[in-house]
Amino acid sequence: MSVVETKQVPRKIVIDPVTRVEGHGKVTIRLNDAGDVEDARFHVVEFRGFERFIQGRPYWEVPVIIQRLCGICPVSHHLAAAKAMDQIAGVDAITPTAEKLRRLMHYGQLLQSNALHIFHLSSPDLLFGFSAPVERRNIVAVLERYPEIGKWAIFIRKFGQEVIKATGGKKIHPTSAIPGGVNQNLDIESRDSLRKDVDQILSWCMQALERLKEAISEREAQHRDFAYFESSYMSLVRADGVMDLYDGVLRAIDSNGQIIFDGVAPSSYQDQLIEEVRSWTYMKFPHIRSLGREHGWYRVGPLAQINCAASIDTPLAEAERRIFMASGAGRPVHSTLAYHWARLICLIHSAEKIREFLFDDDLQGTDLLVNGTTRRGVGISCIEAPRGTLIHHYEVDGNDQVTRANLIVSTTSNNEALNRAVRSVARDYLSGHDITEALLNHVEVAIRAYDPCLSCATHALGQMPLVVTVEDAQGAVLAQRTKQ
Amino acid sequence: MSEAISREPPKQLLLGYGNPGRRDDGLGPAAAARIAQMEWSGVAVVDPYQLSIEDALDITAHDIIWFVDATRTGPEPFELRRLAAKETIEFDSHNLDPATLLALAMLYFGRAPEAWLLGVRGYEFDFSEGLSQRARANLDLAVALLAHNISERMGTPR
Repeated sequence: MSVVETKQVPRKIVIDPVTRVEGHGKVTIRLNDAGDVEDARFHVVEFRGFERFIQGRPYWEVPVIIQRLCGICPVSHHLAAAKAMDQIAGVDAITPTAEKLRRLMHYGQLLQSNALHIFHLSSPDLLFGFSAPVERRNIVAVLERYPEIGKWAIFIRKFGQEVIKATGGKKIHPTSAIPGGVNQNLDIESRDSLRKDVDQILSWCMQALERLKEAISEREAQHRDFAYFESSYMSLVRADGVMDLYDGVLRAIDSNGQIIFDGVAPSSYQDQLIEEVRSWTYMKFPHIRSLGREHGWYRVGPLAQINCAASIDTPLAEAERRIFMASGAGRPVHSTLAYHWARLICLIHSAEKIREFLFDDDLQGTDLLVNGTTRRGVGISCIEAPRGTLIHHYEVDGNDQVTRANLIVSTTSNNEALNRAVRSVARDYLSGHDITEALLNHVEVAIRAYDPCLSCATHALGQMPLVVTVEDAQGAVLAQRTKQ
Repeated sequence: MSEAISREPPKQLLLGYGNPGRRDDGLGPAAAARIAQMEWSGVAVVDPYQLSIEDALDITAHDIIWFVDATRTGPEPFELRRLAAKETIEFDSHNLDPATLLALAMLYFGRAPEAWLLGVRGYEFDFSEGLSQRARANLDLAVALLAHNISERMGTPR
């Protein structure tokens, strides 16, 4: 249900510090004196509060505590924190068993999170087209017409959760990654149980990609042009440029695919990235230092993960990557909706990596933990979370307590891109001052491509409405509409 | 011919969800912990941070579902209401309404059990651990009601 409210008396918007952090998504469209769209902003969550929350904690607690940041991708935070705390503990390299166990857990997380996004969140838009009536564009309608998608959604996600449980001890918030390694290996019973299902899971992932490609071909222009803009991209890659979503070096490319920086160790991220503060939001805007604030913004997430990688080391995903990149005709693929295609390739890659690790005997090893020799004061790590590059940066004092934490989450990196996507939609679909159902729907479709982490770590009762506001050049509210 | 009535008590599931790292957002897990301590046979208790689509599997394996969540507005000390399945679409994947979860259970597995939502009023949602004093008082009353309703149903044939 949507609530339409047209303000007769102009007034300024006051953004409450609580509601801007969570409670609802907020989009503001600013018109110029001629009545055209001047700017559009999507207000997203910030994490300063959580960073304060972990100050004073013993460093070894952080990999578990940090998961309270997000109920959807806790494993990414768990592993990023563990990798940073390896450094604090003075461990330069963990054992092969520990490394592979963490990787397996990570791919379980990528699998279940990407599956949730594709099947539950985005499939209605992709399969029905987002001009379809909203009452038909929901997961229930999808399941009525494509019942197999419901099966894929539930069971791929459940499989990913089982991988996390087998490697992390718990399905939702694992505890196995600790500074210097892990505290358990993969037991034979769990391994064999997962082995029985993994080929079926991979097959469903492939079928899902084929279904998406059919949907794209039916609405090719819409898929290509919707909320289109070009950008730079950043992702972790292996030192040789091959996709690596768990560890590696940072690579950034420009809109033509030319390298901006490459081979950057996560510990040197501040040499390349700078976080800018803007007056209208608590959120920081990271950008590439050498390009400056106007031109240095970039996108992260599946589209960046595919655009930045020279290749993928699993055969099915690599074959699909080549098809995907061919659609860009030698340049990066820039379409906003291509995020979904890229996400499915990452889903397939994750399933392939899981299968690879399930047949690797190293995961039954007993060499789980390395004890460091020299405690360090700083730990910095990067990991490719489902929504993109995640950076954890900690400082720890001589009493083993965290004194400072800085997290750059993927939604933060995509902040400028989200604004541009919303602006593009507003320019194409806003007519006069009216916030039509079509505009509201298209704004949502653009936001969904990035799946911003708005409500991370809290879930008070009720849905999260999306509030879209149109303002005049002086900031007076002309119209406001809420999608419940 | 009338269908035979099972004499087994109904299988009940309590989903107390929320984040204990956000003060009163932990009301759901706190209620779950209190009910779990009662160690009732036939009553399963889980305490996820957030609901997710695979919870539909657990839901269809039970006869009565008790969702327990924190509320930031609304009646004190709590509000209990019967839930009906509802279809929605969100703009991010970090929210799943319990009514939507029921709709998914019905669609995926052809069964949406009787479900109730207990919204316990909270007041403080900042980054910290521990319930506020007022939330703790509301929790006591909410758990008393839950315990009464759950135990009453334990004697009810399916």
